[in-house]
Amino acid sequence: MSNLPIFDVAGSAMTAQSVRLSTVASNLANADSISGDPNAVYRAKQPVFSTQAVAGNPALAGVQVMEVAESTAAPLKRYEPGHPLADAQGYVYAPDVDPVAQMVDLISASRSYQANVEVFNSAKELAMATLNMGR
Amino acid sequence: MSNFLGIHGTALALREQRLQLLSANIANADTPNFQAQDMDFNSAMRVAMAPGAAAGGDAIGAAAAAARIARPSGQPSLDGNTVDGDRENATFAQATLEYRASLSFVESKVRGMLTAITGQ
Repeated sequence: MSNLPIFDVAGSAMTAQSVRLSTVASNLANADSISGDPNAVYRAKQPVFSTQAVAGNPALAGVQVMEVAESTAAPLKRYEPGHPLADAQGYVYAPDVDPVAQMVDLISASRSYQANVEVFNSAKELAMATLNMGR
Repeated sequence: MSNFLGIHGTALALREQRLQLLSANIANADTPNFQAQDMDFNSAMRVAMAPGAAAGGDAIGAAAAAARIARPSGQPSLDGNTVDGDRENATFAQATLEYRASLSFVESKVRGMLTAITGQ
């Protein structure tokens, strides 16, 4: 909450988009985390955004991350009896992470982040110009 | 003093309100079910400049809230979001220029008053 609410709005969006970038990084990093137990396999994470009024003003719609949801997709089952983590039947389980979809999400998140940085900079310039009025 | 600034003081305050709405649109470009908002500047100006209208920040905020409209999207999206990123960026850039225009009018008024006060 401040006298310059645009900073709060753009800032909340940058926070939310950076959470999204973190989840993409986590998903890509764990794309090959194999396990012998289907219940212990890594599950892709995805943040859920929602609108949040800044300073109690409905006209000022910031963004908040409501939750980080885990994918419900079943893990991929592969027959690799020689794998050290294979279960008794010789299967290993890999998380169902689609690297292409994750890269698309990454690009979208970073573009949105940049757009908000632009808004932030414009608002800062305008505020400085207004503060320096008459000098 | 607010009379001295004339229409430009009110215009500057309303333009800032519009910038706030547009910044919220860009912030919520990825939020499901978010409806893009905009301000009908003409009607906000008419409310704020009406004879007998109250002065001050609350009155400006009320005038801006009364002129708020949900802007329909050119391209529907699956998640119900009506923000179009490119259009929103262009509108924001335009609104920034409009703010600067109002600001320069206010500034020249202030300079004129300073000249009159100091007599130099």
